[in-house]
Amino acid sequence: MITPPAFDLTLVAPELIVFGTALVVLMVDLWLAAERRGVLIAVSLLGLAWAAWMAAVAPDGVSFAGMYVRDALARAGQLLALGVTAAGVLVAPEYLRRGGLDRGEYYVLVLVAGAGAMLMAASRDLLMLFLSLEVLSIPLYILAATARGNPRSQEAGMKYFLLGAFASAFFLYGVALLYGVTGTTRLPDLATAVARLGSSAPAAAGLGLLVIGLGFKAAMVPFHTWAPDVYEGAPFPAAAFMSVVAKVGAFVALLRLFPLTLGALADQWRLLLGVLSAVTMIVGNLAALTQTGYKRLLAYSSIAHTGYMMVGIAIGTPAAVAAVITYLAVYAAMTTGAFAVAIALERGGGEADRIEDYSGLAGRAPLLALATAVFMVSLAGLPPTGGFVAKLGVFAAAVEGGGPGGLALALIGVLTSVISVYYYLRVAYVMYAGEAAGMVRIHASPLVNAVVLLTALVVVQIGILPAAVTAFAQQVGGLLR
Amino acid sequence: MLSLLIFLPLAGAVLLALLPRERQAAIRWAGLAASLATLLVAARLFQIFNPASGDMQFVAHATWVPTLGIGYAVGVDGISLVLVGLTAVIFPLALLGSWGSITERLKAFTMSMLGLETAILGTFLSLDLILFYVFWEAVLIPMAFLIGLWGSENRRYAALKFFLYTMAASVLMLVAIIALHVIAIDGLGERTFDLARLATLSLPPEVQGWLFAAFALAFAVKVPIWPLHTWLPDAHTEAPTAGSVILAAILLKLGTYGFIRFGPTLFPDALLAAAPLLAALAIIGILYGALVSWAQTDLKRLVAFSSVSHLGFVMLGLAALNVQGFQGGLIQMINHGISTGALFLIVGVLYERTHSRLIADYGGVAARMPRFAAVFTVVMLSSAALPGTNGFVGEFLILLGAFRTSAWWAALGAGGVILSVVYLLWAYQQVMHGPLVAKHPDRLVDLTRRELAVFAAIIVMIFAVGLYPRVLLDRSEATVNAVLARLQRPAATAVTVSPR
Repeated sequence: MITPPAFDLTLVAPELIVFGTALVVLMVDLWLAAERRGVLIAVSLLGLAWAAWMAAVAPDGVSFAGMYVRDALARAGQLLALGVTAAGVLVAPEYLRRGGLDRGEYYVLVLVAGAGAMLMAASRDLLMLFLSLEVLSIPLYILAATARGNPRSQEAGMKYFLLGAFASAFFLYGVALLYGVTGTTRLPDLATAVARLGSSAPAAAGLGLLVIGLGFKAAMVPFHTWAPDVYEGAPFPAAAFMSVVAKVGAFVALLRLFPLTLGALADQWRLLLGVLSAVTMIVGNLAALTQTGYKRLLAYSSIAHTGYMMVGIAIGTPAAVAAVITYLAVYAAMTTGAFAVAIALERGGGEADRIEDYSGLAGRAPLLALATAVFMVSLAGLPPTGGFVAKLGVFAAAVEGGGPGGLALALIGVLTSVISVYYYLRVAYVMYAGEAAGMVRIHASPLVNAVVLLTALVVVQIGILPAAVTAFAQQVGGLLR
Repeated sequence: MLSLLIFLPLAGAVLLALLPRERQAAIRWAGLAASLATLLVAARLFQIFNPASGDMQFVAHATWVPTLGIGYAVGVDGISLVLVGLTAVIFPLALLGSWGSITERLKAFTMSMLGLETAILGTFLSLDLILFYVFWEAVLIPMAFLIGLWGSENRRYAALKFFLYTMAASVLMLVAIIALHVIAIDGLGERTFDLARLATLSLPPEVQGWLFAAFALAFAVKVPIWPLHTWLPDAHTEAPTAGSVILAAILLKLGTYGFIRFGPTLFPDALLAAAPLLAALAIIGILYGALVSWAQTDLKRLVAFSSVSHLGFVMLGLAALNVQGFQGGLIQMINHGISTGALFLIVGVLYERTHSRLIADYGGVAARMPRFAAVFTVVMLSSAALPGTNGFVGEFLILLGAFRTSAWWAALGAGGVILSVVYLLWAYQQVMHGPLVAKHPDRLVDLTRRELAVFAAIIVMIFAVGLYPRVLLDRSEATVNAVLARLQRPAATAVTVSPR
């Protein structure tokens, strides 16, 4: 007789609501006339708002036999995931209509991926983490290939799927190795078991494989090569969504796994993660220098930002954990915003994915151009925007808690930021200095405009008055103490 | 009071955003009104400032990011007061000076100028290191746009070079600021970026040396100290007139101000150790800048290189580390702001009329533009430090200060004074005298009333500082003494810094 473990459905209410919303959207879509698809968006947003409310007020706790945990980190990850999911829903409809891709399944996939990222934030067990990772990833593979008539989109979906499946296998193999030497997949037990083993080759290999699996999702060098191609081929709204939601999921999981669970064993993984973060910062920024495509630029930019956030993971102090959370929030806002601007543009019936398409935008759409300039300044990490606050937090934590290695990471970080100024401000420059680009049309969709406006406000607000966000992030860092 | 002063131009820029961009006259007047209102507030500050005190005045504190220990702290002392005054005076003049020449994207131009004024005032008045850094970097964005959007042919290259050069140096300062903060967590037992609190740390000389090197690099690029000056000729030459004026008159002072504000306060031992090196580089800059100026064929580049020479004097005064040197350096900062700003306006006047900056394209201009010739003469003599003008007071004090430290420094520096007369008189003679050389002689019309008003204000300042410098000297003396007193402080109990 097997007794099922005690579980508490109210604890998982946010995820249940999002999955439920996805099902409702899937069903309603069947009976909905094509021109009334707006209902789907309203339903999705209502569900997400409800889930966010539940995520904010639900009490802390552990459930499902210790597989699921709700604490400050889970809450932060879930709220971030809900926010980017809402943005992912909002930026899509106008673009999908324009491209003849308007299907209800799009929203279902976005919602399910968002729920996957939420579950990653709350996973307290390696198997649970693996399942959440797949729930997040599989919808993203499909989203990359949504433009069914476009071979580039098909290629992107296939490439993402094959490499992603490979990375998932690595992750699973890592779980298996760790289970083999410790006999557990629960994170708290894992920490004590690995500590008891001392230096053990299988355990080290297992941890390394977990880093590969999550590093692939986060587009960490050297597991980043898929990102530019997939971003380039995927439809713009899908690229916008995957570039942030995968990052949120991967980094919350990395935080949970390394500083929070294996913090006592920092000596074993700090050097590895530190080196990876340095390489990621350098490669991402240098490769971005020569890009002429807007999507590829943002792809390498997202790789570079992975490097900056990895600094925080490698340092692993409470201040560093808090800095990563702040960084994730800023990254989500500025990257979503930078993509949303591009979604509002169209060149010759296709996507406006070249940097030169932004030429002269300031003369035609001053507010859109201003918002883009804010995103670029923030991505480059200049004050007075959120990008500066985010980088300051990470580098300060590195200098404070990282010893000489941390100082080296901070130096690499600030110097690569200088490089990034060159390619980000190039975009701002052509917008203001260039001649108006021919063939480029501006589609002023109120939903996309709302996303641009909101993300720009968040970026500026965190830049000027960051206290509220950093205080929230500090609660997450407090989990370590 | 100070927060009002800092954010008044920004508020003006925000209001300006609401004006429709077709209404050019309204935009011009609104921009001028905002900068004049700032000038009024600054004048009031000048009036109620207590010159007897060497401490920070009108200090305002607020927490900003408590989790990181970042505060909003502003205050003014005799040194920042003088520079704030210069900023508030130069901005309306620069706006007036570009009244007719900017017609494209006028609204964005005026907003950039006002945003720049806020950033500069904030840099001078910040007492929190992160706040200082935020303003310091915020200066770059509008300035790079001013060069990059309204500059001449090579503007994109110049704007990028300016931006990357200065930013590369200042990010190292950011790391040093963070390191200082981390040391203070141990040394003071609190998280703070507050300058007054950090000044109570006494750091071991080796740590001071590294941190000062990072700060000094950021400031040296901004000044610019030879051999880090290579961004300057490009940026100055390509920038629009108003941009060159601001760049020369105020932006370069951010670097020298940084040396005065942070050198003696945070790193006294390192500053004492580095003073001979700084003086040597300053003297090389004085002579090199003057010689290279002499060799220029482009009038604007000539003025740009003369900045390298003049700022060398400022650094020489600061490196002397005595009252005369510091006060002379401070006066020379103001002088250079007035005189070189005026020289750029003069080049702007010529360029607006004939669209050429080449010295060879001019000759005998004095005959066609007599009033302009008179103005040029006064400004040139002030830049060449003729007694009675402002330039004399500054360079005299600097050389006096330098002499008290080392007679050699003063002797070499004095060589620069002579060279500056040579290249300025040479340029004046080439452009203004001789047979009339001009592609379009009919375009060489004399100064308009607006231009005359701008230059009249400048000439009044030239003689005011030249004949009655006490207005500035009195207000800065107590502060300079207080700052220098920090250098004489006996080494207090040292904080041990161990790698963590």
